[in-house]
Amino acid sequence: MSRFLVKRLAGAFVVLVLVSLMSFAIIWLVPGDPTAAFLDTSATPDQVARLRQQLGLDRPIAMQMLDWYARIVQGDLGHSILLNRSVTAAILERLPVTLSLAGLALAFALVMGVLAGIVAAVHHNRWPDQLVMSLALFGLSVPDFWLGIMLILLFAVKLGLFPTGGYVPFSEDPFGWAGTIIMPALTLAIIQVGFVARMTRASMLEILNQDFIRTADAKGLKRAEIMLRHGLPNALIPILTVGGIVAGALLGGAVIIEQVYSIPGVGRLIIGGILSRDYPVIQGGLLFLAVIYLTVNLVVDILYAVADPRVRLE
Amino acid sequence: MSGDMQRPILSVQGLTTVLARSGATILEDISFSLTPGEVLGVVGESGSGKSMLALSIMGLLPNVVRRSRGIVSLDGDELTAQSPDHWREKRGRDLAMIFQEPMTALNPVMRVGNQIAEVLRRRRGLSGYEASKEALNLLRLVEIPSPEKRISAYPYELSGGMRQRVMIAIALAADPKVLIADEPTTALDVTVQAQILDLLRKLRRDRGLSLLFITHDLGVIAEIADRVMVLYAGRVAEIAPVRSIFDDPQHPYTQALLASIPDMKGPRGRLVTIEGSVPAIGGMLEACRFSPRCPFRRDICEWERPHLGVVSGQQAAACFRPFGYEQPLEAVI
Repeated sequence: MSRFLVKRLAGAFVVLVLVSLMSFAIIWLVPGDPTAAFLDTSATPDQVARLRQQLGLDRPIAMQMLDWYARIVQGDLGHSILLNRSVTAAILERLPVTLSLAGLALAFALVMGVLAGIVAAVHHNRWPDQLVMSLALFGLSVPDFWLGIMLILLFAVKLGLFPTGGYVPFSEDPFGWAGTIIMPALTLAIIQVGFVARMTRASMLEILNQDFIRTADAKGLKRAEIMLRHGLPNALIPILTVGGIVAGALLGGAVIIEQVYSIPGVGRLIIGGILSRDYPVIQGGLLFLAVIYLTVNLVVDILYAVADPRVRLE
Repeated sequence: MSGDMQRPILSVQGLTTVLARSGATILEDISFSLTPGEVLGVVGESGSGKSMLALSIMGLLPNVVRRSRGIVSLDGDELTAQSPDHWREKRGRDLAMIFQEPMTALNPVMRVGNQIAEVLRRRRGLSGYEASKEALNLLRLVEIPSPEKRISAYPYELSGGMRQRVMIAIALAADPKVLIADEPTTALDVTVQAQILDLLRKLRRDRGLSLLFITHDLGVIAEIADRVMVLYAGRVAEIAPVRSIFDDPQHPYTQALLASIPDMKGPRGRLVTIEGSVPAIGGMLEACRFSPRCPFRRDICEWERPHLGVVSGQQAAACFRPFGYEQPLEAVI
């Protein structure tokens, strides 16, 4: 188990090095002078030179890289030119927003998806299965930004049940928080619900054909006991992997949904950074998302070992 | 040998199963009974319907197969006449089964102790603590080495032989009246096979277990069975006490099966085989299904089905060769 963990950690470290290298290289790979974004065409060569110096662009590339690594290992992701504040602070400030959005969406996706998948598998090829699969296909096909707008029109504008957007911190007003976060989280989750439902169904159907399910049946266990005690724990193993992929996809999806619902999260910060070529924000945001993604996958790997005793064996 | 006087613990009459879609027969008109404490061996080649017979009795037929006719009664309780839930209630309580493949028949993510205790809690109403104590006793009963350690093991940590012992412990957990063993030793190597057979023999002796023992291995049959039923292509070819089967086989198929056992003592020669192969489901003859491979084939064999007829005493065979079928069939099954 510990060897398994060490291996996964080493793998995560390699990915992190590569991502940090790519984040660093962005500034050089994107065509155009980074300073052009902050200065208008009337800027004097003197002003450009000063900005280059401020950004450290005048120093040799190797020095810049060393500098970059020295900073990021201390958790310093640089200074946003546009916001005129530390990128790390800006991200941390918005992190709870994005985490509550993505976390709630993940809970929706897993709970609804797994339940729907089990129902479909248990009633394989009968109407509940067909209904679930049709809904899953709908969920997978509908664009999330369109769904978001439609939900705003229906529930916020027409029915007035939820606000059209914005965000209220949980600590200030739990009900207000729920009101602002439930609709975006559902919108974000809907694609993943379809995905999880299909995977759960496929996984359950495969497990239900296994010999040990017949053994459970030969024990005279009730159908529900067979499903929940023998079917689901085995079917969960592939579903866990899917959970990791879903969590990653939700983080990416949150960027768009934050935009649709005007939620001040990390996604909007990064989009703002991209639109205004605020390189420190882009670099920092990229690195930060990679770290979250790696953490999620590491957690999934650990859960994998919890769910399947065979994985603990190396 | 168990007398005919005793009431059968398990009785199967006219059991016929078909493929749900095409209606092709898999088992046809199978009748036999099992008396308390008796071991009935069921032999046949792959595809003869042995496993299907076991699943039919358990009420565990896969969706693609349907019982079209026939009665299964357990200790006078006609299971086929009652609800699937009633049958489910009987499973794991009065009726238990051991499967051929111990490697896949256990839940891979559940500790073996829990897999045994599950039956005890549900079937004997034991509490969690009592159930795990009893599970330990069962592991001892099936002679698993260091049971205190194995009780919390996962199946992948056990060898094939140990897993089969766990399966037997699960089957015995609810103290069943009838145990069906579907090729329980086939997937194991020879020494382990002998140990498992010893164990089953001992359990039968100590607990008076009635056993339906399915195998394709006549050597195993000779060691454990009181009576033998030979299946061919879904029909009963012959049914007789084990001595009669080995000393005086009547059906040409039984004779051919026995002839194909390699003889270790005699001079080494080519292995004897039965020409041809078991007909495929759907492609079976209405007439004698063994006739295409039978050395004694006559015209009648190709257009009429031979019914099971008494040869002598408890021996019956389904063949047109002149045995003198005067006695009624009921005397045997």
